[in-house]
Amino acid sequence: MKRFLSGDEALAEGVRLARPQVISAYPITPQTVVVERLSEMVEDGSLAAEYVHVESEHSALSCAIGASATGARTFTATSSQGLLYMAECLTYASGGRFPIVMMNANRATALPWNIYGDQRDSLALLDHGWIQVYAENNQEALDLALMAYAVAEDPAVRTPVMVNLDGFALTHTYETVDVPAPEQADAFLPPYDGVGNRFDFDHPTNIGYSAGPEYNRYYKYWEHRDMMNAPAVIERVEARFAAVFGRRYSGMIETVACDDADFIIVTLGSTAGLVRSVIEQLRAEGVRVGLVRIRYLRPMPSALVVEALRGAKAVGVLEQDISFGAEGTVCTNVDAALHQAGVMMPTYNFVGGLGGDDISEAQVAGIFRVLQQAAEGADVPRVSFLGIDSPADVLGAEGGR
Amino acid sequence: MAVNARTIADDEFFFGHKACAGCGGSLAVRAALKVLGPNAVAALPAGCMSAVGFNFPQLSFANNAMITPFAATASVLTGIEVGLRAQGKKPDDCTVVGFAGDGGTADIGIQALSGAIDRNDDVLYICYDNEAYMNTGIQKSSLTPFGAKTTTTPVGANARGCLTQKKNLFEIVAAHGIPYAATASVGYLNDFIRKVERARDIEGTRYIHVIAPCPTGWGRAEDEMVDMAKDIVDCGLWYLAEYEGEQLSGQPGGRFHLSRNPKEFGSVEAYLRSQGRFKALTDEDIAVVEAARDAKWEVMQREWQG
Repeated sequence: MKRFLSGDEALAEGVRLARPQVISAYPITPQTVVVERLSEMVEDGSLAAEYVHVESEHSALSCAIGASATGARTFTATSSQGLLYMAECLTYASGGRFPIVMMNANRATALPWNIYGDQRDSLALLDHGWIQVYAENNQEALDLALMAYAVAEDPAVRTPVMVNLDGFALTHTYETVDVPAPEQADAFLPPYDGVGNRFDFDHPTNIGYSAGPEYNRYYKYWEHRDMMNAPAVIERVEARFAAVFGRRYSGMIETVACDDADFIIVTLGSTAGLVRSVIEQLRAEGVRVGLVRIRYLRPMPSALVVEALRGAKAVGVLEQDISFGAEGTVCTNVDAALHQAGVMMPTYNFVGGLGGDDISEAQVAGIFRVLQQAAEGADVPRVSFLGIDSPADVLGAEGGR
Repeated sequence: MAVNARTIADDEFFFGHKACAGCGGSLAVRAALKVLGPNAVAALPAGCMSAVGFNFPQLSFANNAMITPFAATASVLTGIEVGLRAQGKKPDDCTVVGFAGDGGTADIGIQALSGAIDRNDDVLYICYDNEAYMNTGIQKSSLTPFGAKTTTTPVGANARGCLTQKKNLFEIVAAHGIPYAATASVGYLNDFIRKVERARDIEGTRYIHVIAPCPTGWGRAEDEMVDMAKDIVDCGLWYLAEYEGEQLSGQPGGRFHLSRNPKEFGSVEAYLRSQGRFKALTDEDIAVVEAARDAKWEVMQREWQG
């Protein structure tokens, strides 16, 4: 059924269809609408779940961990400082191999206090053992809620998944979304079978113990190995999703017009929509530009990114993140992928959209022009901030600010 | 059937662990699990009992058990309880029980504990109180008593050990209107066992605060620990009591009750002077501690009787 939903609402509809048995809920802007809608669904009986009003994000995730240890399908959601507050629990969830699904509304991190969107929150926690996926639109947000459980609970993966939605740009923006029927969702997503990683009253077990130096490396190796199994599982899950719902996703990354592109922008989340429209305009002018949208940043789709970029003259990584004193985290990951593959290619990092700042079409067009000039030998800074010191502003229609 | 020293189960659910000889905490866990039986599900945060009990491959809980983040004993208990209930697979005789130390309860874990009581989650929370962060090597917690020397409350020219008073967690918990709370001591094991049994059969959140001496931190011999746990009660610096919530007591605001009301107290000075950690206390300090004891008991005997 087509409905007009915000990203938070679409995500909540996806969660309802996934039938989690335990939801731990705590409010934080711009995630709050998710737990509000879920509470209504539990109230009206359209979702049969235990809804726990936890008193903090730390308890939100630790409650989900306890529930997952009993074999229950669990959901929680957070954002920004809330994600940082529960950060230590992220490693308990991933190390304990609890297939929790958590929505994160991407939001700036303090200080200055700011409730608007950027991706510094989830990117700061990239190394905590969670699969990270970024939605571009509200339909994808709903669909990812369902697919995330199928991926997380797959015995070959058994790893929690963080579904990221850009704060406000997605969470509070309304779009037409196809909401599947519950029967369809049930056909796609079977109940969680947590064999081997849950309490058992016939064969009691100790879960989440300590392992000294002689054993610890195995657990960490297995965690890595099983996350590396995710791409193959994601491919299968998306194929099954397409068979049931008729919507096909592109796997770990999505490419737009990369085959013959001289200049490519790599980005995450809703910003991709903006880049798409600029590509259409520039292509009409005969400029060969393309887009790589990274959907899953963990596990890192290194080989796929390199294949998509191969042949380009220059690459711009556009991200709502900065690792202070270095560069944007996405850019570091893209550079590492290129280096590992032995592909030498100039990459430039464009940091924008911090704290909800708009990224304009003119800036995106400016990025493509800067890449063009860089390929022609111009001196372009490795890292620049849109709206402050980026040559993309000067060359774009805005002429800098 | 009332559980006591004669009738308690021979089954063991916590063994093969690495606790120090004379550890009061391990005695509390062992005794409680005997009362709660094989279908108890235990959760333990960072602390002595998880550090000594969960060393792969030597896992020491015979029942279902798990480690929790330090601050998250109560919230993990909540998750376990609702998870089992949501799936319809919680056995009738299943108690979801947490064992956390004084720091894990009164400091870092108090927020999650308060949240669980607010929701009245059907869990039993047992705080084994050895009066400092013993697992990390004896640092002050908010349950460390006045004057105790720890590795973060040194004794020197400018300070004589812990300068703060022991936080009154039992009454903080009771102020939530919890269905049942109790204090206990491993020195009075029958009383502790009886309270665990009582808590087991009550629905909603239950809290037991059990004094569990630590030979390393308290500076006494291993075979004196049970005596120490008796002495602290007998001298009146700890007390055995129960709080019954409104439903259990039938009284608005609930009811406090002393489980043990000694006619006269043992010597506070003898209790304090027998332990290495209180060496720096002056006679004046001890007089202050004794006066605080008397003031507390005056209130308890007046209001917690009957």
